[in-house]
Amino acid sequence: MEIHNSPDSAEAAAHVPDAHEDHAHPTWSTYWKVALILTAITVGEVWAYYIPSFVASRAFVPALLIMSAFKFVIVVMFYMHLKYDHKLFRALFTGPLLIAGTTLIALLFLFGHLTVFQH
Amino acid sequence: MSATVTHHYTSTGLDNRKIAIWAFIGSECMLFISLISTYLIYKGRSVVGPLPHEKWTDPSTGHTFAPILNIPVTSMSTFVLLMSSLFMVLALAAVQNKGRPLPANAGWWTRKLASSQLWLFMTALAGATFLGFQAYEFTSFVNEGLTIKTNLFGSSFFTLTGFHGAHVTAGVLWLLALLSIDARRGLGPSDALNVDICALYWHFVDVVWIAIFTLVYLIR
Amino acid sequence: MASTAIATPLAPTAYSGEQSGVWSWLTTVDHKRIGTLYLFTALFFFMWGGVEALIIRAQLGAPNQHLVSAEFYNQLFTMHGTTMIFLAIMPLSAAFFNYLIPLQIGARDVAFPRLNAFSYWVYLFGGIFITVPILFAVAPDGGWFGYAPLTTRAYSPGINIDFWVIGLQILGVSSLAAAFNFLTTIINLRAPGMSLMRMPMFTWMSFVVQFLLVLAFPVITIALVFLLFDRFFGTNFYNTVDAGADPLLWQHLFWIFGHPEVYILILPAFGLVSEVIPANSKKPLFGYPVMVYSGILIAVLGFGVWAHHMFAVGMGPIADTFFSLATMLIGIPTGVKIFNWIATMAQGHVRLNTPMLFAIALVALFTIGGISGVMHSSPPADLQQTDTYFIVAHFHYVLFGGSIMGIFAGIYHYFPKMTGRMLDEKLGKIHFWLYFVGMNITFFPMHFAGMLGMPRRIYTYDAGQGWESYNFYSSIGSYIIGVATLVFAWNFLKSRRSGAIAGPNPWGAATLEWTIPSPPPDYNFAKIPTVTSRYPLWEGKEADLESARFNAQEGKTAADFGIVMPYNTIKPMIVAFGLVLMFCGLLTSRVIIFLGAGIMIVSLFTWLLSPLEPEHH
Ligand SMILES: [Cu+2]
Repeated sequence: MEIHNSPDSAEAAAHVPDAHEDHAHPTWSTYWKVALILTAITVGEVWAYYIPSFVASRAFVPALLIMSAFKFVIVVMFYMHLKYDHKLFRALFTGPLLIAGTTLIALLFLFGHLTVFQH
Repeated sequence: MSATVTHHYTSTGLDNRKIAIWAFIGSECMLFISLISTYLIYKGRSVVGPLPHEKWTDPSTGHTFAPILNIPVTSMSTFVLLMSSLFMVLALAAVQNKGRPLPANAGWWTRKLASSQLWLFMTALAGATFLGFQAYEFTSFVNEGLTIKTNLFGSSFFTLTGFHGAHVTAGVLWLLALLSIDARRGLGPSDALNVDICALYWHFVDVVWIAIFTLVYLIR
Repeated sequence: MASTAIATPLAPTAYSGEQSGVWSWLTTVDHKRIGTLYLFTALFFFMWGGVEALIIRAQLGAPNQHLVSAEFYNQLFTMHGTTMIFLAIMPLSAAFFNYLIPLQIGARDVAFPRLNAFSYWVYLFGGIFITVPILFAVAPDGGWFGYAPLTTRAYSPGINIDFWVIGLQILGVSSLAAAFNFLTTIINLRAPGMSLMRMPMFTWMSFVVQFLLVLAFPVITIALVFLLFDRFFGTNFYNTVDAGADPLLWQHLFWIFGHPEVYILILPAFGLVSEVIPANSKKPLFGYPVMVYSGILIAVLGFGVWAHHMFAVGMGPIADTFFSLATMLIGIPTGVKIFNWIATMAQGHVRLNTPMLFAIALVALFTIGGISGVMHSSPPADLQQTDTYFIVAHFHYVLFGGSIMGIFAGIYHYFPKMTGRMLDEKLGKIHFWLYFVGMNITFFPMHFAGMLGMPRRIYTYDAGQGWESYNFYSSIGSYIIGVATLVFAWNFLKSRRSGAIAGPNPWGAATLEWTIPSPPPDYNFAKIPTVTSRYPLWEGKEADLESARFNAQEGKTAADFGIVMPYNTIKPMIVAFGLVLMFCGLLTSRVIIFLGAGIMIVSLFTWLLSPLEPEHH
């Protein structure tokens, strides 16, 4: 919960959206690179799906989860420009996301899908 | 909606609408996690088929159902949706930079990049294409014998992906509304926030699909 | 600039349209008027739910009674719970969110005034939708928690549960819309200098509650969507017989929502008494930062304890241990709050007026409810207590002793601000003592009935099990509460007309809402105040006092100060009407669904395309 503690007018003025848009904003070169990475990872994911030996291995699920998490993160950071934006937005997104993620894991455990944790 | 952008004082200097959309996105995380959790909880617990990744033979008729998920088709639609996010950021950048003089030697591509109408249209088109893929997927599943009533998989699958599809539909309508405003009076830097909010929503819907594609389609 | 103007008669400003008559209430976007609408509507539903409780207590007053049928009894306890939670306590809190948050942070309105009006109308229409069926004995009858598969078509074939599923879905829209609005308001509309750690405690607790709403309501939305689909479209989410559905799915989803909901019900009341106690102890709140952090901690931990409602289903030792420990842990920040209130009073000059009595009652009664709560956080104890009247006793100490007592503390404290007149102290004290005595006579014996094994939700019982006298006391007590509520209603209606004139700050309190006239003008603050202190009227520097003097001017209009006010508009109400009509269509015909959706979409577009307020010049 790190929202401004002293929103005096000088500080507020520094964050007026118009003044804010200019600095450190991603551009076309960032956008296409992100798109390329997204495509490449998606190709990688689908490829992995079609390798029976890999699907059968222990690494399959973690690998797919990591790849998809990476895609998730770069879209949020660059396309949703969370990396460049006010930290308040980061808090508004990551807080709920953490609670949601924890809830998911807890539910899977409670319904016996996470056998790793059960003796 | 943008006719009277009046700059009221705000404590953070940020616009109210942008705070509200991020809070909304946070809320949507819980909505989709509830749907995804249910899908995963019920995974492998259907008592009859068809099933997502496995063959299933109906014991009473002896008919064998193939695994129902069509990975090649969904990979295509996933790619289209990912690209729509690229188009969306280009649309936003075009709106933000509207009115800025292009360099004298600007080529065809630079001029195209500056066209907000083009990119708004492309985003909406990509969204509509995704919905077309989904319509195709749904109808072929029904033809193969999987409906929302068939089994736990059918119920949770159609509800989860249907909810996502409904979000895409709302996004396409939103984009078309922006496009029509752009065509009527032209969107400029003073409208950037309205486009940004739509873009945040759009990317979030995309991000949800990234999770669904892996958790539902790829992980067996 | 207008400080030299002589007070002009209160006339509608050129900007904001009519300020009297029914039409002005239907079209208002003023947070204070919307707060007033919430207050009246929620008090009505509070009395409605109270009447349902009185019928229940009449039925249970003696063994083997047949005042109502078993089927109707099910409807009564379901609607008593649903009404009190979703139509009374939450909207009573919303009345205070509306009225107080902008005043406490020095804002002229909420962030989205029209969305605010929309939230109220959805609440009103949804409330009517879910309440009317009991008049025709077709009300929901599956308990306020609506456990599936009991509530699926197979076991509840009637229309009753349909009203519940759809009604809660509608009310969820209202709560979510309001939560986004208040969240944005608190983050973004604080006056210069009003840092987070200078916010009044009520606003702080409201802030926490908005996060809970935003994160908890989507989960019940989805749980209800599943139930709706099961009932209307034949899906299998809760179909345990044919499809192999898990009977615990509903319970988990419901309580992931349900436990944060408990804090949604109690934290606003905590906030209110945190205003009342310092004002009437003439002393700043003891341990303000700790109060803030414990509120946040309660909320965060609140998402990790839901399964303590489910110990009886057999989740296994790991889950039981985890949820038990997490639940016990919440006792710590809650206890911290209790001690801080006591410490505030301990060193202050306590004035025992009506709001203070209600506030002290909260501290005492919530402690009892909290302690019995810690008892059933232990699974072995819970297995003895669950589904007995012990639990009923527990949560009524928390919700009546806690939420309702706190809300009444707030009503007595803020009525002067809302109306400009004082509530009668003598009637107020009669009300208080009848409530205090009545609620203890009603709910304390339930502990014993529960310990003797009396199950919840039974419609009648045989004599000779040792339950008779306890039930008799409970029923007597409930009628004392009923009489007290009439005393309050009389006081409320009488004092609005003829109560003593309050003045801007009848309690000598310290925060911004007390710097402006009572009732506040439509623009709230003639000049947005500058804040240098947590208690501007007690510890404020010259800047605070200067703002306060300027804002105390009476009888001015927005036009006098050149303040732009938003237009009144009927559109949010029409959108709300379209939305509710669309849901009604599920029960009648497809034509109605499309008609409702059409009304909603068209009016939503005209809303979005019309400006909120006149353009600045
Ligand atoms: Cu609980």
